[in-house]
Amino acid sequence: MHMLSRNATFNSHGQDSSYFLGWQEYEKNPYHEVHNTNGIIQMGLAENQLCFDLLESWLAKNPDAAAFKKNGESIFAELALFQDYHGLPAFKKALVDFMAEIRGNKVTFDPNHLVLTAGATSANETLIFCLADPGEAVLIPTPYYPGFDRDLKWRTGVEIVPIHCTSSNGFQITEPALQEAYQEAEKRNLRVKGVLVTNPSNPLGTTMTRNELNLLLSFVEDKGIHLISDEIYSGTAFSSASFISVMEVLKDRKCDENSEVWQRVHVVYSLSKDLGLPGFRVGAIYSNDDMVVAAATKMSSFGLVSSQTQHLLSAMLSDKKLTKNYIAENQKRLKQRQKKLVSGLQKAGISCLKGNAGLFCWVDMSHLLRSNTFEAEMELWKKIVYEVRLNISPGSSCHCTEPGWFRVCFANLSEETLDLAMQRLKAFVGEYYNVPDVTGRSQSSQLSHSRRRSLTKWVFRLSFDDRSPIPGR
Amino acid sequence: MGFTLSNQQQLLSKMATGNGHGENSPYFDGWKAYDSDPFHVTKNPNGVIQMGLAENEMCFDLIQEWVLNNPEASICTAAGVNEFKDIAIFQDYHGLPEFRNAVANFMGRVRGNRVTFDADRIVMSGGATGAHETIAFCLADPGDAFLVPVPYYPGFDRDLGWRTGVQLIPVACDSSNNFKVTRAALEAAYEKAQKANIRVKGLLITNPSNPLGTVLDRDTLRSLVTFINEKKIHLVCDEIYAATVFSQPSFISIAEIIEEDIECNRNLIHIVYSLSKDMGFPGFRVGIVYSYNDDVVNCARKMSSFGLVSTQTQHLIASMLSDNELVERFIAQSAKRLKARHMRFTMELAQVGTSCLKSNGGLFVWMDLRRLLKEQTFEAEMVLWHTIIHEVKLNVSPGSSFHCPEPGWFRVCFANMDDKTMEIALSRIRNFVAQYKEPIAPRKNNRYWQSNLRLSFQSRRMDDIMMSPCMMSPHSPIPQSPLVRAT
Repeated sequence: MHMLSRNATFNSHGQDSSYFLGWQEYEKNPYHEVHNTNGIIQMGLAENQLCFDLLESWLAKNPDAAAFKKNGESIFAELALFQDYHGLPAFKKALVDFMAEIRGNKVTFDPNHLVLTAGATSANETLIFCLADPGEAVLIPTPYYPGFDRDLKWRTGVEIVPIHCTSSNGFQITEPALQEAYQEAEKRNLRVKGVLVTNPSNPLGTTMTRNELNLLLSFVEDKGIHLISDEIYSGTAFSSASFISVMEVLKDRKCDENSEVWQRVHVVYSLSKDLGLPGFRVGAIYSNDDMVVAAATKMSSFGLVSSQTQHLLSAMLSDKKLTKNYIAENQKRLKQRQKKLVSGLQKAGISCLKGNAGLFCWVDMSHLLRSNTFEAEMELWKKIVYEVRLNISPGSSCHCTEPGWFRVCFANLSEETLDLAMQRLKAFVGEYYNVPDVTGRSQSSQLSHSRRRSLTKWVFRLSFDDRSPIPGR
Repeated sequence: MGFTLSNQQQLLSKMATGNGHGENSPYFDGWKAYDSDPFHVTKNPNGVIQMGLAENEMCFDLIQEWVLNNPEASICTAAGVNEFKDIAIFQDYHGLPEFRNAVANFMGRVRGNRVTFDADRIVMSGGATGAHETIAFCLADPGDAFLVPVPYYPGFDRDLGWRTGVQLIPVACDSSNNFKVTRAALEAAYEKAQKANIRVKGLLITNPSNPLGTVLDRDTLRSLVTFINEKKIHLVCDEIYAATVFSQPSFISIAEIIEEDIECNRNLIHIVYSLSKDMGFPGFRVGIVYSYNDDVVNCARKMSSFGLVSTQTQHLIASMLSDNELVERFIAQSAKRLKARHMRFTMELAQVGTSCLKSNGGLFVWMDLRRLLKEQTFEAEMVLWHTIIHEVKLNVSPGSSFHCPEPGWFRVCFANMDDKTMEIALSRIRNFVAQYKEPIAPRKNNRYWQSNLRLSFQSRRMDDIMMSPCMMSPHSPIPQSPLVRAT
């Protein structure tokens, strides 16, 4: 169809990927603890719903922030008219202070280097528009957030070349993997402009080690390219000590404004994960490079943060009592909830990557695959969505190179629902696979398409023919 | 160990290092003057009055009262906080259904309920700025072009062209027929593009017009539809000033035209809307893409991820705009107040022999100062403009910044100030015009051309300014983008 642009007609928006199809299934049959107990439980959504009570109680005690008032005076008109793309100064100050606090105040940020954007989605796209021309490339370690295919590539025309990470070392970034990715780009005649990492990682749920960060900095220094660190999950690290920001490592390496690499490190932030406010569309780009700040600021015109929201959050984040308490409580509750998920999975004979951050676990179900292939991963995923009725994200949608891994979220549902999800999973595994249950007795094994089992609660339908027993992994 | 600036520039994109953002034009001198010496009725009565900002401050009292009486519209008050969590979590790019319904309702009412809008075609964007860029991304590839009648809003060059690689081709309009868009002009622009091997993807019109303040008549609208239909190109209608029309002839939306007996492929019709002008809410970033083309709706909706409206704001707007009593009262009062303001302004100007293009909408007048030009050139226009900024102390927008083909026209905004300020502005203009019966000649030493505002200009007023403390505008605690406000 020639009437529309190439952007509009091809599916480079990436929204046909399985990641989004699971969502669609969930929309058709969503679980509800009262109205639809057989529905699909949403565990594919990296939302943080654990600490709203803290925000709600703050709101109850601070009516002014809400009612367009400052010191009792109405500022509605002032706010309604405020469209300066430099952002509300009080908000930016509060935001950089919050970012510093999350990092245990080991680094500080200058509000003049912060650019506000409509969510991290917009921040990432804007940064790429600033750093790369169409046809150039960024390197990203796999597995990575599926949305990057849209955010970084779609309208920018920039390519992503993966840095392959494997389970052999907990999916950490290695020097050979970096070099291999760089060479792959060269082979494809793509000029590499930078490396983009997510730290803490989505979907791994782990923080980057100091080693990895140093490796990355040495690499970008050597190649003379940019490093983008998407730190939107920084507040979800279970302890502040375990999260090391790239800014901290720069400091440790004695890099400052006189070092070349200083200006090539950029951080992306957002309040969608740490504060659980994705609807408010609050994202930010932090760069030490004045030109990047200037260009990104102008580009932010296409997606500014609502002044109404800036005002509310400025009041909230300026309250140091709230932020201190929130950061600590958030970490505590996330840690607890993750533990629950991990133990629930263990009871089903499923292990996951040892995680210390994020709103999800990176779960290893490779032993449940019919074969070590992505087709088998898809088959398993479909069963989990349609039969077990859990929406989780298959590793292939995150560009993982090894089949069998899944991202399972734990912070967007109640404890009870999490328990139910784990029970369903355990039952599923027990029914289909030669997995001992808690009493040590093996459950049924052979799978054949002609065989149906009816149970009190569950009716399973086989969706493929002729299976051999699952090989041990 | 240092590296040259050009090294660093090479590391950034062409987009970041180029001038596609449009903010390096000398046009922004007026903004700098205002920012460093902003008028305040008591604190800085000799400051520069901002008349370059098309903002609507006429009806905030109505809204403020409503907000006070409707605490549940805010999710943070005691009345609304039970919805806080659900709203804060909601990031579906379809938007809150109640928001879309309320916006569709408002758009219909602004058009006198002569047409209705389908809430499912309402797509969010980061203001009209985001809407225009999104539309361009959906309809055109890099190198393609849109035809745009002159004069037009300077921001279009950035919004439609910066990151998209799309170009704008002007359609000639001039004062000989009150800047109406003619079929002949459209054909000429189209042919010019063809000859240059540029693929035209659409025609962009602003109705009511910025900067003219006029509305398109039915015949013109129909001829535009016929034109784009024949050429099989898109028609993008920026209707963000729809509710600012305050007298006859009434505003006719493209939505009405396509319901008439006219041959038109509806897949070519798209509307850009926003609450920034009609309601005076530019800070809330409520932009809307409304397309009759399903594929465009779908694509624009996916792209809206890059500029969704904050759900906190969606919730507020949903409450506000579904209150039909408020909406009707607002539309009526806004028109009434704008009409009064416009009338006062144009009558006072007429009394000193200064005319404006006859208009009945918008937040500004298109002032004709051609007789004050020493010669009918853009250089002379710049000289006059600098005089108005530095001597008369008014920040107005020169026609050249709107790509006007004739020198001597200025856009002067009147809805962003209170009555008192307006009277002061008017008296300054009266005095200025009375003083300069002769056209303004360029000064030999050309000190105007320096961006340094410390002019050693022999005028009492200038001395006063030099003495008074430098004050930043209350809207501008730090230097702000002129382009953001140059709307």
